[in-house]
Amino acid sequence: MLLIPCPNCGSRDETEFHYGGQAHVAYPENPAGLNDREWAEYLFYRDNTKGAFAERWLHSTGCRQWFNMLRDTVTYDIQAVYPMGTPRPATAKTNATDAGTASTAADSTTTGNAAPSTSSTSITASSTTAPEGATK
Amino acid sequence: MANTAAINRINGLRDIRRSPASHLAAALAAGSIQGTVVLKEGPFQTMAGVRVDPRSEEGARIAAVAGSLPARYGDVGGTDRVIILWLGPSEFLVVAPEEAHDSLGGDLIGSLVAALGDAPGQVVDLSANRTTFELSGPRARATLEKGCALDLHPRSFTVGTALSTEIGNIPVVLQKTGEESFRLLPRASFADFLGRWLLDAMREFASPEVP
Ligand SMILES: [Zn+2]
Repeated sequence: MLLIPCPNCGSRDETEFHYGGQAHVAYPENPAGLNDREWAEYLFYRDNTKGAFAERWLHSTGCRQWFNMLRDTVTYDIQAVYPMGTPRPATAKTNATDAGTASTAADSTTTGNAAPSTSSTSITASSTTAPEGATK
Repeated sequence: MANTAAINRINGLRDIRRSPASHLAAALAAGSIQGTVVLKEGPFQTMAGVRVDPRSEEGARIAAVAGSLPARYGDVGGTDRVIILWLGPSEFLVVAPEEAHDSLGGDLIGSLVAALGDAPGQVVDLSANRTTFELSGPRARATLEKGCALDLHPRSFTVGTALSTEIGNIPVVLQKTGEESFRLLPRASFADFLGRWLLDAMREFASPEVP
């Protein structure tokens, strides 16, 4: 079970959230100008990153707000939480891809306690204040 | 039920209103263990869903009608009679006694609508959307902990706060009303499930504790 730090509500169980897929998929500037292949790639083709992956999450049974999250798909380490519409933050851990192997993945799925580093925006700044009653 | 005269004004419709867990009343009474953990369904409430930017002028007008808007998750705003639960950064649930409803002689919904005016946002009468369960007793917290991942220890979940979360895998607003008492607000369609889930969770406390 992931413990996901909602920027509004503090850390909550993964079951309270809905996954929104890859973040930063821009809507085509001129949709009518796309051919079928380009349109299909916009609709259905997504990265399958091994390592840090920017994705959208909805806190559906809490505050019902969307946010972006940078999560390592190998270690499940949540590296950053940042508002919708802001660019993907740079993180210190750049190349988890190289380090990630099947064996380390098995070990690290049990970690959910590492506090995520958050980007320096106002919305994430509030998430680092101690949530009363919401963290384990 | 307070204002009988006002209730008569809605042509007896009030008399045939059934609460979502009324069919469980006998089971809730039978499953409660006095002095240990007690579950009952609360009375009807008047509820209004409010969406408004709390920092805006219209937010201030809403606050003037219903009491202060809660600033962040966990906070409960309002007054003695009317409470305001935080559901999201711009979403609130106003909860008041039944007789505050406009159809029963009150003016809560109407005055909230008037306070919002033409400004962006919404005020919706949600009085039938949720029911309330009152769970109390020394084992109330242990009962909830079987299906709630939040830290319900009093050092963390304090009296007078409320959180929107999951209990028994269904969405519930959980309000802590006293040291050993909680109010749960599930949506009406989940009332039967949550009532039975809580009864099941309470059942072990009827037996003597095994050391
Ligand atoms: Zn949230």
